Amino acid sequence: MHEVAIAPGILEIAERYTAEAKASFVPEIVLDIGTVSGVVVDALEFALESVCKGTIIEKAKIITNEIPATGPCLFCGEEFNVEAVFAQCPACEEYNINIIQGKELKVRSLVVE
Amino acid sequence: MYESCGCGVPGDIIIARPGTKAPVNPGTIKIEPLYKHPHDHHPHSHDQVHGHTINVEEGILTRNNLTAQRNRGWLEAKSILTLNLISSPGSGKTSLLEKTITDMKGEIPVFIIEGDQQTMNDANRIDAVGAPVVQINTGNGCHPDADMVFRAFKELEPSEKSVLMIENVGNLVCPSLFDLGESKRVAIICVTEGEDKPIKHPTMFESSDICCLILLISSP
Repeated sequence: MHEVAIAPGILEIAERYTAEAKASFVPEIVLDIGTVSGVVVDALEFALESVCKGTIIEKAKIITNEIPATGPCLFCGEEFNVEAVFAQCPACEEYNINIIQGKELKVRSLVVE
Repeated sequence: MYESCGCGVPGDIIIARPGTKAPVNPGTIKIEPLYKHPHDHHPHSHDQVHGHTINVEEGILTRNNLTAQRNRGWLEAKSILTLNLISSPGSGKTSLLEKTITDMKGEIPVFIIEGDQQTMNDANRIDAVGAPVVQINTGNGCHPDADMVFRAFKELEPSEKSVLMIENVGNLVCPSLFDLGESKRVAIICVTEGEDKPIKHPTMFESSDICCLILLISSP
C-alpha cells in the first residue's frame, strides 16, 4: 500500500528536473529498486499509473532496474546474494548479513523533452 | 506529498490535542533539494526543446528523509530522547505507554504523539494518565511521515531533557520505510502474535534498534 505514497515522490523529482530543464514532458523514467527495499515493483508501477494521471509523467515509459541484495556475512565474511533480509550464510550457516546493496529506492535518470 | 497513501488528500490529516476540535495546521516544512541539476554544461539554449537524458540519482524518499533529519537535529539539540514505537494493531502499545507514563511520573517528563487513522481514543487514554499528548489522524494514509511528526511536536512543545514517544499506527509494513527523526526505532510484539512474527515482517525488525516483547500472564 505504501507504494502509493512513494509514487508522488517520483513525480515530484520528475517535475523539479523537468522545470529546471525548461522541458514539459517526460517520455522515460529509469528507477533503481533494491530487492529488499520494502517496495514491490508491480505495486509501484500500478501506483504510478493511477497517481500520475494528468501529469507530465503520465505517458512516461517506466524502466525499473531491480538491484539484487548482497552483502558479507558478519561471522565469516562470505559475500553472497540474498533474497530476504534474514538470510542464511551459505558458508557458515549463520543468520547475520550486513546488506550493502539491495535497499536502493531512487530515480536513476529521466528523459525530458 | 507523502501525506497521501491511496486516495488520501492532505485535508484528511488531523493533528490535535485531546479536547480540541479544530485541526491544528502550522504549515508544512519546505525542504529545498540538496542538489540542483547544473545546466551550464549544455552548449545550447534552454529554449530549444528536445529529448535529453538527465542523470538524477536521487532517492525517492529524500524529501521525507531530509525532514526526518531536521526533526532529529531539533530533538537532539533539546536533549529529547525520541522513540518511534511500531507494532501490529492491538499488540499493546498504548497499554505499555499508559503503564510507562504512570511508572515514570516524577522521574522524567514524558511527551506522547499518537498515530492512528481515525479517532482521538488513544490520545484520550494517554491524557487520562496525565501525559501531554497530540494525536495525528492519518486519514486514508497507512503511516505518519516526518512532516506530520514535525507538525505534531510543534503543537506538543516537548520540554528539554525529556522523552518523546511516537506511537505509530499499528502496521508492521508501511512505517518501516518512513524515518520520522526518532533516536531509536522500537518494534513491539506480543507473545500471542506468534514467534515467527520477525521473519514474517523482516523489513520492520531489520530496521528497528530495539525489540520489546510483551508477555501476558493470566492469573488463575
